[in-house]
Formats: sequence, C-alpha cells, structure tokens
Amino acid sequence: MTDIEAPGAAGTQVPFTDGEFTVGQRSQTQLVLRRFLRHRAAVISLVVFLLIALWAFVGPYFWHYSYRKFTPDNSQSPSWKHPFGTDSSGYDAYAQVMRGTQTSLKIAVMIALGSTLVGAVWGAMAGFYRGVVDAVMMRIADLVLTLPLLAIALVISSRSGGSWYWIALVIAGLTWAYVARVVRSSVLSLREKEFVEAARALGSSDARIIFRHLLPNALGPIIVNATVLVATGILTETALSFLGFGVQPPDTSLGLLVAQAQTAVDTRPWLFYIPGAFIIAIALTVNFIGDGLRDAFDPRQQRVRQ
Amino acid sequence: MLAYTVRRILVSVPVLIASTFIVFLVVVNSGDPVANFATSRQPAPSKAAVQAFARHIHADQPVLERYWNWITGVLHGDFGPSVQTNLNIGHDLFTRFRVTVTLVAAAMLIALILSVLFGAFSAIRQYTAADYSITFVGFLFLAMPVFWFAVLLKQAGIWINEKTGSQFLGTIGEKSPYLNVDTPWNEFVDRIGHLALPTITLALVSFASWTRYTRASMLEVLNSDYVRLARAKGLRRGRVITRHALRTALIPLATVTALDVASILGGAVVTETIFQWHGMGEMLVQAASTVDVYRLMAWLLLSAVVVIVFNLLADLLYAVLDPRIRYD
Repeated sequence: MTDIEAPGAAGTQVPFTDGEFTVGQRSQTQLVLRRFLRHRAAVISLVVFLLIALWAFVGPYFWHYSYRKFTPDNSQSPSWKHPFGTDSSGYDAYAQVMRGTQTSLKIAVMIALGSTLVGAVWGAMAGFYRGVVDAVMMRIADLVLTLPLLAIALVISSRSGGSWYWIALVIAGLTWAYVARVVRSSVLSLREKEFVEAARALGSSDARIIFRHLLPNALGPIIVNATVLVATGILTETALSFLGFGVQPPDTSLGLLVAQAQTAVDTRPWLFYIPGAFIIAIALTVNFIGDGLRDAFDPRQQRVRQ
Repeated sequence: MLAYTVRRILVSVPVLIASTFIVFLVVVNSGDPVANFATSRQPAPSKAAVQAFARHIHADQPVLERYWNWITGVLHGDFGPSVQTNLNIGHDLFTRFRVTVTLVAAAMLIALILSVLFGAFSAIRQYTAADYSITFVGFLFLAMPVFWFAVLLKQAGIWINEKTGSQFLGTIGEKSPYLNVDTPWNEFVDRIGHLALPTITLALVSFASWTRYTRASMLEVLNSDYVRLARAKGLRRGRVITRHALRTALIPLATVTALDVASILGGAVVTETIFQWHGMGEMLVQAASTVDVYRLMAWLLLSAVVVIVFNLLADLLYAVLDPRIRYD
C-alpha cells in the first residue's frame, strides 16, 4: 500500500527559511484538525448540523407559537405566518418540527454519549486485562449484540411513558457493545506498545494506564464510532416513535411527527415531508462528519472522495 | 469443518439460554398484563376472574419457575399461553414466520444483486460522475428512515394504480383479501404485486451499506498485484474484472450480508407495520402493546435462533470462499 497524503499537502509545508530545512511543529490535535478541515463535505456537514442544532434548541425562544398550543388556523399550507404550515388540529408545524428536532437530537446525542462512555471503559478493561476478565466481559457484550435492537427497545420502552432520557437509556443499553468491541480491538494492540511498558515501569496503576494512556490513544476510533452512533440513534428513536413506542404526545419527536402525518401525505404533504427531510439531513450530515473524522484520524484509510 | 460446526452449535446453546433468560426478565418486567386485564374490560371482571387470568398466563408463579416451565415447554413444542385466550402461539408464530421469510428473502436477494452491480460499477469507474452519484445516493439512502421511505412508496403505489387503472401494486397486506384470485397464476401475480413495494423498502435498508462495502472491497482488489499481473499477461479487462477481481471482492460481502440479518429483521417490523402485513412485525407490535409475555418470548427466541444461525453461516461461508482460512 502506498501512503499518499491528500493533494495540497505539499503546498502547505513551510518552505526553506534562512537556508535551513525546517517544518513547523504540529501537535496531533492540529494534524487531525487540519486533515478534517480539508474534507470539504465533512466541514459543510458540520456547519449544517450545528445550524440545525442551534435552530432546534434556541429557536423556540424566539418563535411566537408553542409546540403544544393550538392556533386558530387548521390545516394551512406553509405561509409567512406558519412557515411549515399547520396540522388538522391547528398546531403550528414550525414549532412542532423545532421541538421534534430538539427531542430527537437530545436522544441521539445521549445515546452516543452513554454507549460510548460505557462501551469504551468496558472494551478498554477487557482488552487490557485479557484472560478470564476479557472472556467474560466480551461474552456479555456478544450476548447484548445478539439481541435485536428495535425489538428489545420496543418491549422495554412500552413502559417508559415516553420520557426522552429513558428511551435514550434503553437504546444506549443495547448499542454500547459495538463500542466495546471496537475499543477492545484497538486496546489489544496499544497495550503492547512501549509507552505502556514505560508507564508500568514508572509504577502507574492499572486505572492510570487505562484512562491516561490507553483510552486517549484509542480516541480516534472512539470518536468516529460515537458519530456513527448519533446517526444510528436518531434512526432508531424515530422508528420507535413512529411505531408508537417512543416519545409520546404532547411531547413530540421527528418520528412521531412523520407517524401523525402518514395518513395525510396527499392532503397536507408539508406535515410529512418536512420532518422526514430533517431526519435525513441530520443523519446525512452526521455520517459525513464521521467520514471526515475517520479520514482525519487515520490517513491510511483515506477515502477516495475529497 | 464438521467438528467446528458442531462445536459452534454446542457453544450457541448456552448463549441462547443466557440471552433468553435476560430477555425473559426484561419482558416480564416490561408491564403488567394482569392489571391491564382487570382495568381495561367493561364490566370490570370479578376478583376470581382476575385470579384465574393470572393463573392462566402463569403470572402467579415466581420468575425462575416461569422461565424453567417456558423453556422446557418450548422443547416440547409448547410456547406457553397468550393473553389472547384462544391463540396458539406456536401455530401463530410459524404462519407469520412464513410470511416474513418471503419478504426478507426477496429483499435480501434484490439488495444483494443491486449492491454488487452498483458497487462493482462504482469501483471500476472510480472518480467518474457515475461513481460520485452512486456514492451520494448510497449516503442518502443510509440516512433515510425506513418508515418515511415506506410511506412514500405506498403513496407512489396508490398513485401508479390510479394512473394505470390497475390493482397490480398491493399496498395493504401480503395478498388480496377477497377471492378473485381463482387460478394459481392469478394468485402468484397477486402475491408478487403485494410483495413489490415492501421488498423495495426493505432492500433499501441494506442496499446502501452493501454497495459501499462492495465498492471498497472491489477497489482494494483492483489495486492488487495479481489483478495487475492478469492484465499484464494480456487478459481482457472484462475478463479480469469478472473472473479475477469480482470473485475475490465478494468474499467479505458474504459475511456482512449474513451479519446484517438482525437489522433487516428490525426493518421488516417497520415495513410490515406500514404495509399492514400479517407477519412477525405485526406480532411483535401487538404483543408488546398488550404485554403478551410468551408471545414476545416466542418472537425473540426465533429471531435469536435466526441471528445465531446466520452468524455461524457467515463464519462457515468465509472458510468455504476463502481457502486461506481453515477451522479445525
């Protein structure tokens, strides 16, 4: 395999100065950041994603309709007064989509954070201790992986009463095992490196080696996986809410909004297409961000797109 | 290989027991069917009737005993009582399993064919407009929620039926409810018409990721030395691609396909709900909303077995397709 830097790398190197051959010193973080910023699709996606998030969380404070208050206008198509129209009972769809995006994002990010935290520590411990600990911990993870995600989430969340953190907790409880697997495999190779041996020679405790040496070095795959989990999370939550086992009215999520609009695709199409478009936009941008991060952390796996 | 298979099957038995036990605990604690029974009926049932109902669905037994009775019952072909008094869970399960298998198999087949075609094409034409468009469409489908796409397709189906004045594309159920399907040929056409839209929906779930997978794997092979050698020997490009490159590139895809079965089953639940199929998806949704413990367990047991079998299949396929891998 030839290891080629992306085009443009040659131009960015510091040229000769005073006849001396020097290259500006860059930290690991700077390198990753530079490579990420060169990935155009990922950067655009990050901006779009942040704008959507900002709109969903700050927007409701500036919007004159609430997602849970009727307006006198029923079934209106999009207008200046109601940019996303209204539904048959008079709810303002703009306020509802804003709230739905907020709930769905909250749940998706919570899933990614929760399962990453648990999975990373779990995988790191299994990979670090090897032997019986590894075998037992990874068999438990494998067991969790055999459970069909949507089915189990559906069963458990029927009791949740629709609270967003419970839904997030249930889904995270089923996805952490993916993270554990990925982290374990990178820890398995990291633990043989010299710096771990050096840390041990200096008398570091196991916990210190895991949290200060192994996990920070496995940060690349962990972050990439967390991004992918945001996309998985939002698709799972919206599917659950669509089936009626996720977020419950009067609160709302993008999946619930699509479910409520599915019988009115012909008569009130704006209610169906807009929340769907938001789900796609979020999942799409998150996937692109993940792709950019993967390339940035591991230039050997350089994707062909630029 | 045989010894390996047998060992894997033996190992999967304790896995199955452990996973069904955990799931059983979760399911039993996911709701209270007895309370549902006592509060949801009009007129309210007598205390004796509630007790009889609890006894009927084994809700009066301790959990461990319930699990033991359930698993020994399953080995005898008895899947336990449902909250719907006249429902034979085993019979119901297998009728529905047949319905779902048709859908899942058709969808996997279509997804596989399409993703190999598009993935390989994309890799051969790397960096061209076609490659970029396929990659973009792949990303788009990867981000598209199944339920949204399904509702959209359903609308499209109704629209096409209206425009063409035919009833070919079925949007409700796995076959027409009325009996105008007299000859076997008509029945076949009717079923295909009903299968079309749900299959496309479900195929979409895997199409995107498998295409990306094929493309990556094909690119790796196309850049390898033996393909260069084959070209250098003077073999025609088409022959090198089909006979040398594609066959090797498909090896990892076989495993990915087998491992994706769990997520396809999840997609089938959503698809069946939207197209109102009487398959396993409907069973799961019904059972979960009525806290029908044994019906849920039957569903989860079957899906666990399917996942385990396909995991084993994935490993075996890998060894069959790639002679460098040996299990002993």
